[in-house]
Amino acid sequence: MGSVFRSEEMCMAQLFLQSGSAYDCISELGETGLVEFRDLNPSVSSFQRKFVSEIKRCEEMERILGYLLREIRKMGIPLPDVEVSPVAPPPKQVLEIMEQLQRLELELSEVARNKEKLQRNLLELTEYGLMLRLTRGFMCRSERDQLGPQYEEFPFLEKDNVTGCTSMQRLGAKLGFISGLIQRAKMEAFERMLWRACKGYTIFSHSELDECVQDPDTGEVTKSVVFLISFWGDQIGQKVQKICDCYHCHLYPHPDSAEERDEVLESLKTRTQDLQTVLHRTDEYLRQVLDRASESVCTWVIQVKKMKAIYHILNLCSFDVTNKCLIAEVWCPVNDLTALRRALEEGSRKGGATIPSFVNRIPSNGTPPTLLRTNKFTSGFQNIVDAYGVGSYREVNPAPYTIVTFPFLFAVMFGDLGHGVVMALFALWMVLCEKDPKVTRSKNEIWQMFFAGRYMILMMGLFSIYTGLIYNECFSKSLNVFSSGWSVRAMFTELHWTNETLRTNPLLTLDPNVTGVFNGVYPFGIDPIWNMASNRLTFLNSYKMKMSIIVGVLHMSFGIVLGVFNHLHFRQKFNLYLVFVPELLFLLCLFGYLGVMIVYKWLAFSVRDSSMAPSVLVHFINMFLMKTDGETPLYPGQMVVQVLLVVTALLSVPVLLLGKPVYLYWLHHGGRSQSSYRGYERVQRGSVEDLSVTLSQDMEEGVSHSDHSISREAHPEFDLGSVLLHQAIHTIEYCLGCISNSASYLRLWALSLAHAQLSEVLWNMVIRLGLRTDSRAGSVLLALMFILFSVLTVSILLLMEGLSAFLHALRLHWVEFQNKFYGGTGVKFIPFAFSLLPSGLDQDGLMGEAPSVL
Amino acid sequence: MANLSFVIPMAVMTVFWGIVGGVLPWLVPKGPNRGVIVTMLVLTAVCCYLFWLIAILSQLNPLFCALGSSHCGTRHLVDH
Repeated sequence: MGSVFRSEEMCMAQLFLQSGSAYDCISELGETGLVEFRDLNPSVSSFQRKFVSEIKRCEEMERILGYLLREIRKMGIPLPDVEVSPVAPPPKQVLEIMEQLQRLELELSEVARNKEKLQRNLLELTEYGLMLRLTRGFMCRSERDQLGPQYEEFPFLEKDNVTGCTSMQRLGAKLGFISGLIQRAKMEAFERMLWRACKGYTIFSHSELDECVQDPDTGEVTKSVVFLISFWGDQIGQKVQKICDCYHCHLYPHPDSAEERDEVLESLKTRTQDLQTVLHRTDEYLRQVLDRASESVCTWVIQVKKMKAIYHILNLCSFDVTNKCLIAEVWCPVNDLTALRRALEEGSRKGGATIPSFVNRIPSNGTPPTLLRTNKFTSGFQNIVDAYGVGSYREVNPAPYTIVTFPFLFAVMFGDLGHGVVMALFALWMVLCEKDPKVTRSKNEIWQMFFAGRYMILMMGLFSIYTGLIYNECFSKSLNVFSSGWSVRAMFTELHWTNETLRTNPLLTLDPNVTGVFNGVYPFGIDPIWNMASNRLTFLNSYKMKMSIIVGVLHMSFGIVLGVFNHLHFRQKFNLYLVFVPELLFLLCLFGYLGVMIVYKWLAFSVRDSSMAPSVLVHFINMFLMKTDGETPLYPGQMVVQVLLVVTALLSVPVLLLGKPVYLYWLHHGGRSQSSYRGYERVQRGSVEDLSVTLSQDMEEGVSHSDHSISREAHPEFDLGSVLLHQAIHTIEYCLGCISNSASYLRLWALSLAHAQLSEVLWNMVIRLGLRTDSRAGSVLLALMFILFSVLTVSILLLMEGLSAFLHALRLHWVEFQNKFYGGTGVKFIPFAFSLLPSGLDQDGLMGEAPSVL
Repeated sequence: MANLSFVIPMAVMTVFWGIVGGVLPWLVPKGPNRGVIVTMLVLTAVCCYLFWLIAILSQLNPLFCALGSSHCGTRHLVDH
């Protein structure tokens, strides 16, 4: 396939769908996800489109399904997982589903209403019963204390129709009782209001209910208080009644005598029992209904979603003159045209159409969208490239190179063996459990980000292990795998050091001039002696800075070379000579030569002439100023070579600036008298890149002579001014960018230094304390220190430094590497596929777990 | 200069990364991912070899020396 290096070739096609089978054809296309539909009715509002009523029906069904799911959720019934995704239902089946859903909704709402009523009843009865029990206590008390044996003196009892409370005649004044329940929170205010309003003509007894009663209105569980108000007089009675209404008390009739109370309690008990049985039955019935519904609810949800998507797509199509056929315009990858034809045939067959729907490829003059097929490994890297900009149609895709260079640059900045191992193990764990549904369906966004990049993190970890070995750093300690190339013993034997020397001198120098001190270069990485040296940073800084420059120049040259593939593909050979060559010369003559000087100095100068070792930077600066400044030359003939290089670089600037505009101008104006074939070619090459893209695409399609006339008329005005301006901006950007970008690569040095220093600080200040204590308590201290060390390592060194190195490596790719060749102005190809649909019900969290298959 | 200690690692590493970058790509089976795998192998070989080469070249002719402080580190080195 090879399509990962360049986006796929796209063509525009027209689909002619027969009205009867259009729905099935589009359903088939949605299952296979091949094409992207274009809107053929952009001026029509969404309410005026043809299939609006069908979409409204789908939304109504979605509403009912949402209600069903909420009820199922409330009952706690588990939803079955959908194994195989169901296809969109044909229109006849839709009416069935709609009818079923409406019936279910009606039933459910009725049952829910009944249940609510029953529950309210039950609440009243329970409250009445509790209240009677508690007021019995009041009456008994008051019997004993106040009314005493005179209770029997009041033979007749009147029921006052107005106030509904029982009243007793006592000495000419009516004694009334009002009893009920009130919420605990309102009780003090109620009492105070009663006192103020009735001026002491009431007696207010209350006691708190131990049981909590559920309020059916709000569903809250509140504590209530039972109260009994006894008052004298009619007016007071009315006032008390009004105040009770104000505070939303639940009032219940107070029984007259103990016998009546017992009677009422008995009846209450039986009634409560009856109600509870009925409620229980209602619950069971509700559960049954919901159980039955839950079996098919998930399927329906998916089916309705697919249906709605199909109708949206049908709205994008236009009708032809005979009104029997739907026309759709799609972008289709050329490689998938046969699959598209097969899908349409399948759809027509399912729809039972007499005339099959067919595909017709048409030439297009818009820019096609960009399609890059990725698998689970390459998708992470493609995403970070697309985050900067989706590639223009058919231009070189930097993602396959990013798979290695991004982790490599990250590792250069992160290089530590121990941290690399931890990171790689973490990524390996994520990769090994990627099939686990608990892991894939987690809603935690940060975890999803890490999980989506698991292969990237694995590569980053593996490369960090390699660079950690080369930097010779493992949690800031060096490994001495091969014996170190430096030997201190030789200083003792040759220079006659003694223990005295060691004691009196705080700092000692190993002189490589003395034979036997430097026995040879360490074969793999940085010599471990540097870990113990106090001028370690001097050596490491020089090494890392030079390494950064060399890596940077090579990375940028690679970017320029990738541009060659673009020039070749878009048939712009002139770009090779007028853009690529000057750019490459400019970069290599200046910064490539810097790299060469660095390597030359490493090879040619040893410690014997270290006093005369030249500074590469000074030589580099002098190269531009074209003077020697009294420095000894690095090699004979240096002056001549450097002048030559500077002159070449300077000459390539005007070539870069003026070459392309002048050539295009000559092509456009000078070649007019050529033959017609040449003219076609000229028009194709003389236009700006956009048009040449589409025209070269047309050439690939093999649409030849019919377009001959079209392209003749279609060529744009050649605007010398705009081309010149564009090229001038490009030249300035490139030349200044060369210098700034080369310096930008020094961040490779800076971040690796920061990482090494942080790592060393953590070791010296944390673990070393634990390792140095000699007493028995040292083991406990070591354990504690290790916990602290590991927490700080993971949070600061792995997470913070890792994120920092990730961002800087990303910036190096996006800016320094990609602006040498990448356009990134394309549009992503988004096919119509059911698997890509967002699920609306999921967002409400009603579905619980999203179906893994769609 | 002890040339042997330089030639052996040089030869080993060059051959190793040469095999990874030059020989293994021909052995990758044909499939949809062949392009990606070959690119990865070649780029890995180039990057890793370059990185190792820079490390060893920079230490080939040390221009200055390791400064040790006279704590137990240097003593340890002396005894070995």
